[in-house]
Amino acid sequence: MSSTATATAAPLPAPLVNLGARHARWQFWGAVMVVPYLLVFVVFVLYPVGYGLWLARHPQSYVKLVEDPIFFRSVINTAIFLVVAINIKMLVALVLSGFFVTSRWWIKIISAIFILPWAMPSIPTILSIRFMLNPEWGVINSTIFRLTGADGPNWLNDPALALTFAMVVHVWKSLPFWTLILVAGRLAIPTEQYEAASVDGASSWQKFRFVSWPALKTLYITSLILSMIWTLGDFNSVYLLTGGGPADLTHVLATLGIRYLRLDQVDLSMASIVVALPLVLPLVYFMMKRLSK
Amino acid sequence: MKRWTPKAIATEAKLLLIGIPVLLWTLIPVYHMVLFAISSKDSATSGHLWPKNPTLDNFRIVFQQKHFYLDHFWLQLWNSLLIAVSVGALTLFVATTAAFAISRLRVRGGRTVMNLALFTYFIPAAFLAVPMYKTMGNYGLLNSQWSLILAMVTIASPYCIWVLKQASDKLPYELDEAARMDGASPLQLFRLVYLPLMVPSLVAVGTYSLLLAWNEYLYAFLLLSNDRSVTLAVALGNFLSADDSPWELLMATGLIYALPPAAIYYAFKRYMVGGLTAGAVKS
Repeated sequence: MSSTATATAAPLPAPLVNLGARHARWQFWGAVMVVPYLLVFVVFVLYPVGYGLWLARHPQSYVKLVEDPIFFRSVINTAIFLVVAINIKMLVALVLSGFFVTSRWWIKIISAIFILPWAMPSIPTILSIRFMLNPEWGVINSTIFRLTGADGPNWLNDPALALTFAMVVHVWKSLPFWTLILVAGRLAIPTEQYEAASVDGASSWQKFRFVSWPALKTLYITSLILSMIWTLGDFNSVYLLTGGGPADLTHVLATLGIRYLRLDQVDLSMASIVVALPLVLPLVYFMMKRLSK
Repeated sequence: MKRWTPKAIATEAKLLLIGIPVLLWTLIPVYHMVLFAISSKDSATSGHLWPKNPTLDNFRIVFQQKHFYLDHFWLQLWNSLLIAVSVGALTLFVATTAAFAISRLRVRGGRTVMNLALFTYFIPAAFLAVPMYKTMGNYGLLNSQWSLILAMVTIASPYCIWVLKQASDKLPYELDEAARMDGASPLQLFRLVYLPLMVPSLVAVGTYSLLLAWNEYLYAFLLLSNDRSVTLAVALGNFLSADDSPWELLMATGLIYALPPAAIYYAFKRYMVGGLTAGAVKS
């Protein structure tokens, strides 16, 4: 947006009137060409959001929501999910990005395979993990049985274990994307800086601490926040692995809203989303500030 | 290749110590899916690392629709394809015109449109799903594939506009000036100058929106319910409702469903990685 002036300041010999008319014509076509997106925005974002807020206008919905023990549990689960899963994921992505920028032929092959969880659809892969955890014949428990002769735990029947595995699924699925982003960040660091550090006799930790980290810090924090926003909307990891069970104890806000919707309690469904807004909106505001200069 | 000094060997060993767990972590669920898909019903759950008698029978059953869960397999595969291609094409249209108008024609209010798009990009998908579902009901589009197509265009286009705008801004403005002096109309500039130069970015965002729609589960399962109109993702989800699901058939179907996006990703990797990393997070 910085060079707006060049659009009209072109050294043209043509009369100014002509220029003005031409400018108006270009503005007209510009307006016509943003209309498709504006229509999509108004019809499928603005109206739904407004309508949703209108559906969530009754104070008694919030009373009912807060009185539902499942809601309280979902808030806790969501908080655990955000704090634990995101931080582990981003830290691992940071470490792995250092691994993947190392140039070796076999690391190139691994990096091509590593992207698979992200490129493949959620449903078959998450169901595959779900079957691995089956208490009777899942590969994990049959291995435990073969090694120890004892029956393994019923993984998804324990709410704490089930939520842990939902986080594992989330990390499995989205780690490649964030690693890729941090790899791009690392590739942008000039190699001279590392060479200079080597000449000064810096250890690998010192190279990370004084060269990589200062260059990656902003990107890392932005990624962390964007990842938090998106994880709030991660329905698949929990729903496809646990379905919110056992006994509705592993719901997060993303699956809770859909659960209420399926039970035809639309007001509760919307209310459960509205209560998350004080958390979401500051994050969204921060991201918009960062990205729209 | 460098010489194998003790120090170099130690470095390689350290790298392998990361590489092997990474490879296992990535591949185990995928391998487990493949293993199920090529095992017979009895041997699928035996816990062996490789089936005693690997078989392609499951795929035959899926392709011949010989199970009541798979009555509409081909139709559902077609639905997935049709919806993904429609979303890709519509998103490309909406996003390219918007990015061109904002970046090259510098339409007034362009900044506001970018902010609206960014805002949409940041709404958590599951949070928009509930109001979107109610809205589609109001529009009378529920159970029509249009509801899913339009919902996915809504979700895909903000990011695509964002990436295309970033790429557009990098094109030299002198090109537009030259075209203008030659008397080109805005549409000619768009068609003859802009689109050809933007091909790599168009491939990236087109592929992105196509894959997004193909892989989508939540919106598909909310907005479509008729067996004949659902995508393969929803059909796979329906296996879950049964107590004695035929896992080996489910995994064979899942593998068929998962392969196209992986293949497309690898085919267009060159374009996708650049577009993604440039657009997702600007540092």
